[in-house]
Amino acid sequence: MSNFKENVETRYKISNLWNVVFTTATVISVFMLILLLLNIINGAFGYVAIKNTIEPTELINSGNLDELNEIQLIELLESHLSRGLIRRFNFEKPLKERSNTELMNLIFERIIEPRIVKSWNLKESILEKNSILHYAEKELPGAHIQFRAWLNSNFLIGSQASIPELAGIRTAILGSLMIILLTITFAFPIGVGAAIYLEEYSVDNMFSRFVQVNIYNLSGVPSIIYGLLGLAVFVRGMEPLTSGAMFGYGDPTTTNGRTVLAAGMTLALLILPIIIINAQEALRAVPQTMRQASYGIGATKWQTIWTHVLPHSMDRIMTGTILAVSRAIGETAPIVVIGASTFISVDPSNIFSKFTTLPIQIYQWTSRPQPEFRNIAAAAILVLLILLLAMNGFAIFTRNKISNNRRSN
Amino acid sequence: MTEINIAWYKIRPKYHESIITWFLQFCAGVSILVTLGIVFILGKESLLFFREVSIVEFLTSTKWQPLIEEFGVLPLLNSTLTTSFIAMAIAAPLGLFVAIYLSEYASERVRNILKPILEILAGIPTVVYGYFALTFMTPLLRIIFGQNTVDIYNTASAGLVMGILILPLVTSITEDALKAVPYSLREASYGLGATKLEASWTVVVPAAFSGIAAAFILGLSRAIGETMIVALAAGAGPNFTFNPFEAAETLTGYIVRISGGDISYNTVDYNSIFALGLLLFFITLILNIISRKLVKRFQEVYD
Repeated sequence: MSNFKENVETRYKISNLWNVVFTTATVISVFMLILLLLNIINGAFGYVAIKNTIEPTELINSGNLDELNEIQLIELLESHLSRGLIRRFNFEKPLKERSNTELMNLIFERIIEPRIVKSWNLKESILEKNSILHYAEKELPGAHIQFRAWLNSNFLIGSQASIPELAGIRTAILGSLMIILLTITFAFPIGVGAAIYLEEYSVDNMFSRFVQVNIYNLSGVPSIIYGLLGLAVFVRGMEPLTSGAMFGYGDPTTTNGRTVLAAGMTLALLILPIIIINAQEALRAVPQTMRQASYGIGATKWQTIWTHVLPHSMDRIMTGTILAVSRAIGETAPIVVIGASTFISVDPSNIFSKFTTLPIQIYQWTSRPQPEFRNIAAAAILVLLILLLAMNGFAIFTRNKISNNRRSN
Repeated sequence: MTEINIAWYKIRPKYHESIITWFLQFCAGVSILVTLGIVFILGKESLLFFREVSIVEFLTSTKWQPLIEEFGVLPLLNSTLTTSFIAMAIAAPLGLFVAIYLSEYASERVRNILKPILEILAGIPTVVYGYFALTFMTPLLRIIFGQNTVDIYNTASAGLVMGILILPLVTSITEDALKAVPYSLREASYGLGATKLEASWTVVVPAAFSGIAAAFILGLSRAIGETMIVALAAGAGPNFTFNPFEAAETLTGYIVRISGGDISYNTVDYNSIFALGLLLFFITLILNIISRKLVKRFQEVYD
């Protein structure tokens, strides 16, 4: 008997021990998410050492540009910059007509040219502030230390540049948005249409069963395969259409199919199975009595779907679509495969434009060895995550609200 | 008057309804076209590739060097499997434990907090995980194991982060499987005097076994097809090695690197990425089909 009791005690001890293990596993997974986010924030802020290419004291003894008058400022510009550059500035707006502040900004940007020579991430900046200052004093004479948020307004509205502190992501954001709009335009009607067919029309025959199995398998195909499909079909096979040459866009000798249109269609195929599966679930949740009531007053099948089934399930369909679209926004591999331009400073103007997207920029910047590019990659990730979080949050919020409403009814 | 009404009722709706039906059927057919498109494109370009390279060489040679016409897939496949198994070594136990915790131990309130967190983790784009692998995991590994043993690019770092990536997927499918086990089984077990652990571990987990296996296989399939993490963290350049601390390019990493540059059509390089794509497609398809069969099995048992 005592043996039995001892046994029970150990069993409960083991049980409690494993309880701790399970809880720890869960805590670890949550900790990973926090670590991931902290790591990104860590890269997006921190001290930078800025060094001027030419010190102001070399331009004027006192080092104070405010003392100079307009003529002296123009002289400074003309003596330090190439003639071609001066001609370009004069063409934009004659130097003589510019105000003193404008001239001084020009001198600052073009002659003094402050450049970031070294950057530290946030953790170092907070914990090792003194040693950073000490290091800068010893190793980087003439540089001054400044705290920099890599995610700033210039970064959001600036266009691509080869110098990290001047680079921005406007072009990438516009590219991402245009592609997503196209993706929704293609994928939403076809996806919902397919779901309606499978849930409302199809009888249980070979065709519908085959389509269903096929959709499940498609949802598991790696995204890079869709990239290969897009490369062969949209970029290469449909080149006259996707490059816009068919409609007289662009110079036929230089255009190719690596455009916003090709990317939009590729991503549409990628999220199609997800939209179909989500929409099917939404339609399945509509009570059968709803349809019967509609048939009862003499509605046809399509009238029933259009006036009863769709309005009743649209909120869920939208939620599912938002989740699918937010997956498309973050997709990188297929877009790299169909050949997004990596360095592009011109905003995409129509669907036949070359493009770059946010994830592509993050990929490009991360893969460069210079630490400053990692900093702007982190800033771009923050922008992407905020965008996604807003969309996902909206979707989850509406879903919870709907399920709460349904429960209270 | 009534006759006209009847005529309207009989003819007009049927006329445009059939068009709508045809359109909806076409929408459903698009998904089949996509599959056919994938199979056709991959097959066609692969055929062109295998005209130049023998299948035996492709499957058995341990060198992948397109410049000197060596096309052996083993180095790429080997590193794909290395990263995927490292990922599963993280995601399988952790995913199972988290799923058991969520389904058997956690209170409703805790679950309502944790599930959205896992959903957030699942919604983060893979390129972000790639950044994490390169800027956090790799330096961490280099601190732990030494700068000399761990390369800047290595499969271990990519695999570990990939484990975090597929963790939410494994967790959510496993949890569904555990939840599908009827409550009466647990009660019977408690009735015999089992502790919570014994009920979970000896009754619920075995009962949900096929679902758990499905989750693992699906996770593995996802890991094999994963691209951005390995493209950023595992290194460029095929390398036939079993050392996870060395750089080695995977199937997907190679496809992305080659197609990222300006690749010219109708070259062996161009065709080779489709042959690799075909291999990838078959591996993931087989794993997905097995996983689906297993899921069906546990649904059939308890519904």
